[in-house]
Amino acid sequence: MENYKDFIGGKWATSVNVRDFIQKNYTPYDGNDDFLQDASEATEILWKQVMDLTSEEIKAGGVLDMDTKIISTIDSHSAGYLNQELETIVGIQTDKPFKRALQPFGGIKMAENACASYGYKVDPEVVEIFTKYRKTHNQGVFDAYTPEMRLARKSAIVTGLPDAYGRGRIIGDYRRVALYGTDFLIADKKEQLLTTHSRMTADNIGLREELSMQIRALGKLAKLGEIYGLDIKRPANNAKEAIQWLYFGYLAAVKEQNGAAMSLGRTSTFIDIYIERDLKNNVITEKQAQEYIDHFVMKLRLIKFARTPEYNALFSGDPTWVTESIAGIGIDGRHLVTKTSFRFLHTLDTLGCAPEPNLTVLWSVRLPENFKKYCAKMSIKSSSIQYENDDLMRSSHGDDYAIACCVSSMRVGKEMQFFGARANLAKCLLYAINGGVDEKLKIQVGPHFRKVEGEYLDYDDVCEKFDDMMEWLAELYVNMLNIIHYMHDKHCYEEIQMALHDREVKRYFATGIAGLSVVADSLSAIKYAKVKVVRDEDGLVTDFIIEGDFPKYGNDIDEVDNIAADLVKQFMDKIKKHHTYRDGVPTTSILTITSNVVYGKKTGNTPDGRRTGEPFAPGANPMHKRDTNGALASLASVAKLPFKHAKDGISNTFSIIPGALGKADQVFMGDIDVDFGCSVDSACNIPNLSDEKEGE
Amino acid sequence: MLLGNVHSIETFGTVDGPGIRYVIFLQGCPLRCQYCHNPDTWSTNTNKKMSVDEVLKQFYSKQTFYKTGGVTISGGEPLLQIDFVIAIFKKLKQDNIHTCIDTSGIMFKDDEIYKHKLNELLEVTDLVLLDIKHIDNDKHKLLTGFFNENILMFAKYLDEKNIDVYVRHVLIDKITYYKEYLDRLALFLSKLHNIKRIDILPYHSLGVIKYELLNIDYPLKDTKDTENEVAVNAYNYLINKINSNKNN
Repeated sequence: MENYKDFIGGKWATSVNVRDFIQKNYTPYDGNDDFLQDASEATEILWKQVMDLTSEEIKAGGVLDMDTKIISTIDSHSAGYLNQELETIVGIQTDKPFKRALQPFGGIKMAENACASYGYKVDPEVVEIFTKYRKTHNQGVFDAYTPEMRLARKSAIVTGLPDAYGRGRIIGDYRRVALYGTDFLIADKKEQLLTTHSRMTADNIGLREELSMQIRALGKLAKLGEIYGLDIKRPANNAKEAIQWLYFGYLAAVKEQNGAAMSLGRTSTFIDIYIERDLKNNVITEKQAQEYIDHFVMKLRLIKFARTPEYNALFSGDPTWVTESIAGIGIDGRHLVTKTSFRFLHTLDTLGCAPEPNLTVLWSVRLPENFKKYCAKMSIKSSSIQYENDDLMRSSHGDDYAIACCVSSMRVGKEMQFFGARANLAKCLLYAINGGVDEKLKIQVGPHFRKVEGEYLDYDDVCEKFDDMMEWLAELYVNMLNIIHYMHDKHCYEEIQMALHDREVKRYFATGIAGLSVVADSLSAIKYAKVKVVRDEDGLVTDFIIEGDFPKYGNDIDEVDNIAADLVKQFMDKIKKHHTYRDGVPTTSILTITSNVVYGKKTGNTPDGRRTGEPFAPGANPMHKRDTNGALASLASVAKLPFKHAKDGISNTFSIIPGALGKADQVFMGDIDVDFGCSVDSACNIPNLSDEKEGE
Repeated sequence: MLLGNVHSIETFGTVDGPGIRYVIFLQGCPLRCQYCHNPDTWSTNTNKKMSVDEVLKQFYSKQTFYKTGGVTISGGEPLLQIDFVIAIFKKLKQDNIHTCIDTSGIMFKDDEIYKHKLNELLEVTDLVLLDIKHIDNDKHKLLTGFFNENILMFAKYLDEKNIDVYVRHVLIDKITYYKEYLDRLALFLSKLHNIKRIDILPYHSLGVIKYELLNIDYPLKDTKDTENEVAVNAYNYLINKINSNKNN
């Protein structure tokens, strides 16, 4: 076949197996960045157009145009362009750049609110359809929530739940579209449908229904290609097509889903194989190769969703989490850095720095020196690169995993995640002290357990009560997530993303923790200093007076760091006790990045001295200004948290003024064997978007 | 057990010697430099007593980060506690760790007993960061409270002993930033053979807040910050001068 000429064959040629294709055909690159070329003239013109549109959008109050009538599906819109003549990679979400799509399947209220906040009004007929005739995910969830769940949501002891919007965090293997074309993928899915179990259990019926939906979605994907005049039913023939086909797969996903994080996967080394082939055959030049990548990345930067201002204010923008995972080491010991790894990072020069796509380097001490240096150089220059520890994740996910959102790792096309927001452990500690009464709402939210008595907090007593309260919280939390994911599958199923997965998928059931450092410091204060309680007239503990000093998380002090590490294990153990939807494998994460501010707002005074309303630290960070021994001590505390109990990821926000990196850039461009987690500009978590309760 | 008087520890030092460094700030300094940005390290009375093992505990637990760097002892004036510094460096040298002292040189004495002690230290020292505050003896006294004669002798002694030195010099408007002083500094430095690097640091007033907190009057209230560009020019001037001196 022409498409596969010059490629080394293997299992990938007869069955869907992208990893095998990559391993057989990729060219590791050990050199430096000298080969990189500047932006082409076309790129500069196009990017200027994007920048102009961006200023217009800002001037217009944040949104330039919104679709109020056409419901976004894979093939809902006609073709749209920035400048058809100049674009080498085409396709946008609607028929016009910067026009936001209407995506009501998660919840019609959310779609209406998003429009209303920018002066638009959803077509009444659409509203009628989605209130009268077509149920949304949000409505389904509220049909099933218990009164206790609604209360927990209101008090924000669990919060940010994807119960009114798309859960996201699923990565389709978009590379499959390029390598196989949709015809082959449809045939494969039909075969999967034919060979399901013959006994019609509820699970099996559900699977068969989903496979049929996936097949239809792949058909629509082929149609999306047609709309842009391209035949993606067949495999891609060259580098430009490979990028284009792959992008269509991704575009179909974002046209279908307004997910909280819509990540791209691990595409650079895959694409490199096609570029290398074209370069070898003198079909393209380096300048063109960079242009393709630039235009692809430009498209990724254009991804936008209709979201409410509350959502945007919280994230200082509207993050899409188009995460691309770069580099890492293969299980055969070869590194996975290719020239296209450089080309992706180089877009921070050709197009300037930007938070999206979220370029994520899978860091290993064994990455080639030249690539490390280039990463450091680009980080210093752009502050736009995220780093994650490949050496840790490779052991559980192999060498073809990618990051969804900011830290969630999953094998591409083989594993997915049920995104689960997080539970507020700081508030849980206050519930333990106050016998389940919310310190802000002053009503009973948690179980009516015995509250703390006496003037001073006793460490053992508080720990025991906290343990009981966490037990309650874990069960409630898992059950809420069970409802959410059941309803999401039912009413807002990710057809195209799941069509780009195997039939047998491992599902991670993600949970999360907020307020880890607050709780660790609080328990440390109770244990190593003396903490006196202040009660209001109703006997509710509303404040704490700390007498003496205590070790604080973030200084590499075992006494308190071990408290934090134990907490993670304790919480995970409790989560694991409960039934999870679709046999999801429970995981947890510690990664709130900007919504730590909102969690803080909703949480009263805590025994560590944090004042009511004061933000929590982001992710697994120490509390602000409490780490006093420098960056490495701070990072060392974070590094003690057990990854095996927080497999969905641990993030640390690390910012540093350039001068502190040394007198010359070179000082720091050596080995940085550190996982810095999320980048400065990143925002991971999703807030309680609204108090939308259509079920009521 | 030998205890040191420690001010604080910085686990991620990048400006006090090569690579990423573990920086131990010792408490106490005899100088009272007018522009000092760490007046909280002056007093010898405030106490955080630590043993060698305690001070190095965090270094060893994070040693992998320092493989291209090492340990720097700064202050305050670390050589006020020379025995403690020797003990730390001896321990580090057993593990082949790069060691560095950041000193004003003010403690140097031209007598055999002191030199004997100093030699013991220099045997386990890879690098000295030497602050030359002012090349003029009288001006040095005005700026720091002490004459610079023994500091310059210390620099020469390090040269004799063939110890690598990074020289640092703060460029302050109307105090050190004069052609005459740069020329004299160049002349002095061009006679030395062990200088591996010269840093001209633009004066900044970031330390003011600490003076307020400590209720100390800030002597350089009316002195403006030195611009980076000025420092770069001064650096180039100085280097050119040294080179031409050496060639003559």
